[in-house]
Amino acid sequence: MHKHTGLLIAGFLSSTVFAGAALAAGTHLQTGEALADDQTFTYRILDEHSSVDPQVVEDVSGAEIVRDLFEGLMNQDRDGNLVPGVATGFTTNDAKDVYTFTLRDSAKWSNGDPVLASDFVYAWKRAVDPELSSPYAWFMELMSIENAAAIIAGEKPLDDLGVSAIDDHTLQVRLSAALPYFPQMTTHSTTFPAPQKVIETHGNAWTKPENIVSNGAYILTEHLPQERSVRERNPLYWDNENTIVEKVVALVINDENVALTRYMAGELDRTEVPAGQFPRLQKEHPAEAISFPRLCSYYYTFNLSEDGPEAFKDPRVRQALSLAVDRKIITEKILAGGQPEAYTFAPEATAGFTVPEVEMSAMTQSERDSLAKELLAEAGYGPDNPLSFNMIYNTSESHKKIAVALGQMWKQKLGVQTDLGNLEWKVFLETRGNQDFDLARGAWCGDYNEASTFLDLLQSNSGYNDGKYQNDRVDALLAAAKISDNTTKLYTEVEQILAQESPIIPIYHYAGVYMMDSDVGNWPVDNVEQNWYSKNLYKIAE
Amino acid sequence: MIAYIIRRLLAAIPTILVLIVASFFLMRFAPGGPFTSERPLPPQVLANIEARYGLDQPLWKQLYDYLFNIIFHFDFGPSFKFKDRDVNDIIAQGFPISFTYGALSFLVATVVGVSLGIAAAIRHNTWVDYFAVGLGIAAQALPNFIMGPILILTFTLWLGLLPGGGWHGGQWQYLIMPVIALSTSYMGSIARITRSSMLEVLNSNFIRTAHAKGLPTRTVIWRHALKPTLLPVVSYLGPVFVYVLTGSVFVDMYFSTGGLGQAYGGSALSRDYAVLLGVTILYGILTVAVNLLTDLAYAWFDPKIRF
Repeated sequence: MHKHTGLLIAGFLSSTVFAGAALAAGTHLQTGEALADDQTFTYRILDEHSSVDPQVVEDVSGAEIVRDLFEGLMNQDRDGNLVPGVATGFTTNDAKDVYTFTLRDSAKWSNGDPVLASDFVYAWKRAVDPELSSPYAWFMELMSIENAAAIIAGEKPLDDLGVSAIDDHTLQVRLSAALPYFPQMTTHSTTFPAPQKVIETHGNAWTKPENIVSNGAYILTEHLPQERSVRERNPLYWDNENTIVEKVVALVINDENVALTRYMAGELDRTEVPAGQFPRLQKEHPAEAISFPRLCSYYYTFNLSEDGPEAFKDPRVRQALSLAVDRKIITEKILAGGQPEAYTFAPEATAGFTVPEVEMSAMTQSERDSLAKELLAEAGYGPDNPLSFNMIYNTSESHKKIAVALGQMWKQKLGVQTDLGNLEWKVFLETRGNQDFDLARGAWCGDYNEASTFLDLLQSNSGYNDGKYQNDRVDALLAAAKISDNTTKLYTEVEQILAQESPIIPIYHYAGVYMMDSDVGNWPVDNVEQNWYSKNLYKIAE
Repeated sequence: MIAYIIRRLLAAIPTILVLIVASFFLMRFAPGGPFTSERPLPPQVLANIEARYGLDQPLWKQLYDYLFNIIFHFDFGPSFKFKDRDVNDIIAQGFPISFTYGALSFLVATVVGVSLGIAAAIRHNTWVDYFAVGLGIAAQALPNFIMGPILILTFTLWLGLLPGGGWHGGQWQYLIMPVIALSTSYMGSIARITRSSMLEVLNSNFIRTAHAKGLPTRTVIWRHALKPTLLPVVSYLGPVFVYVLTGSVFVDMYFSTGGLGQAYGGSALSRDYAVLLGVTILYGILTVAVNLLTDLAYAWFDPKIRF
């Protein structure tokens, strides 16, 4: 057995540097900052969350709340490193297909019951239970837990799931394949424990504030759908003495401009900056307008299926279109929120991923444009035989601006005719999923912080490969990366093939662009997944 | 009269049934479903979810079960999007909110609109008239999705007088902006309709007769002119009443009131069939009821109408 305590200790130290002990009386013990008397953090969410049931929640704002209410085996620190949660550590075998987690005995539910290994076993079985039919059941499959797929398919009983409680504080997980990044996946809300007795007593209504029992640093005290939800400090949380923020309020504000107005009026501590407004806000409020990289990519995908246009089957055409996109105009003139330009699919912010040298990124835009013209001419398209195709995107002001800009660039530089199609979200998803398009907008945020969460999308049989790109070499490299200890070489080659063949046009990588009140301390800007925990925040006295 | 009401109520049953069936099928014809998402679900996971909500059954069976549950259990089913809530919950939570700010908006729009219209008609071609007409047109030109942001900028950011949104159980501070935003454009329309209707009535023979027999103007207006004036206004108010009562997507969106409007709009976009259908039925029943009330009101306003 290999001990992984080294990693854990390092992670734990880095997290305690900032998030560590500080008590009600005035100053933060590590930073020495004076703490505000009112430790309430109020932030805006775009839409009502889908649920606060850890096994059921499927949206980002719901998961943010669940991460405060419940605690899984492992947590992330401000940089996204793994730190202990309910588990104090874990061990794995040589084959990396059995993981054993040791649970701390001080962990308690908010009703005083101890958090036991059996609570995790119950929760994980619940996640794959066809009867609960969790939309995130696939995450358990992704984690390669033994028999997860068969149980979801109804072919095996729940009890065959590869997870068991060796004793009250030891949890063993058996995987169907080696997975070096398995522990990282236990920070995901689907894997959080669930209180069996409470769920069995209240059924679907167990997540209502009057019924809910949770094991995280906060408990849900109020929920007014479409208006607000409030969570307050849980005095029974094992690390309660290090929690500083007393109360967290999430306000549902659908319109981002209204949210910004309310932020300016002092009603919010955090809100998103609408596209294009960042430069002005940064000038007027330099301490509050912040932008940092996120683990997401924005791209356009070519339809390479049978139904796709003949022209796109020629890689030169695809490459020419990709080259002619002046990404700087999109990131600096349209979005203007500090988004990095993208020449590769996986963002630079991905852990353990070095952006490979792709030819295009080293060229100037005019070099790219002239190469694009050459390639397109070679492929037989020009003034006599103009290239024309449709491109679809879903309704949104900034998607529209970007699509118009792309069409304009291609028209001016290459004489290409584009036909823009603006589709309502569900119609868009269906159209794209049925390969009923020539070129379609796409965006992807990593499910976990590792390059495969992006690159796997281009695997031939991936359910997310809407462009139906097929390349045996790419498939082989991605399969090899699953069990390799050194993935850099493999991912570099995949990205180089992608740059050469251009099945997609990467456009930019996302940035978190916020207005954040300067009295909010320790916001994890370096956590690219933006997995933040209210227990690590604090409010500084003004 | 009683017989008429019973007849109308009986006729409402097939109307509502047709509404349910038509909406049920129309919804299904819209591309995409409640579980279409950016990350397509693996087929097995999707199959489990569809089985749970009965979406794997043939359409006629789904419709039958749906109607059966409504009629015998008054259960409109679970929401597909908000996994821990059902449609009854969502309506019970959202409707009282929409009803409160909707009824208040209706009251404000009607009282202010009718007063403005009457004042303008009586003082025809004076500054009162010009002022009322100007105000009416301005109000009409400001739909709630323009009023919303303007109000929040003014009262919340610049003046700092009112909270920018939320409901808080309907405390007055939280009601002012939604009510203003929702009532302004209706108020404008009501003022315009009242004014032109009143002008027409004031020019009719029976009013001239009333003046001729020496009745004081006040009596002429209140006793003889008002009722016929309000007839066209009432036929406009019927649909407006249903509309404001069922909440407004824009009010809910801008003021985070948590009313039914947002639930309705949101459910259409997320293809939350059960919520969409449940709220549609509620709107249908309200429409039928309000139409009946409007018709009964006609009889009071116009003695010539008899049922």
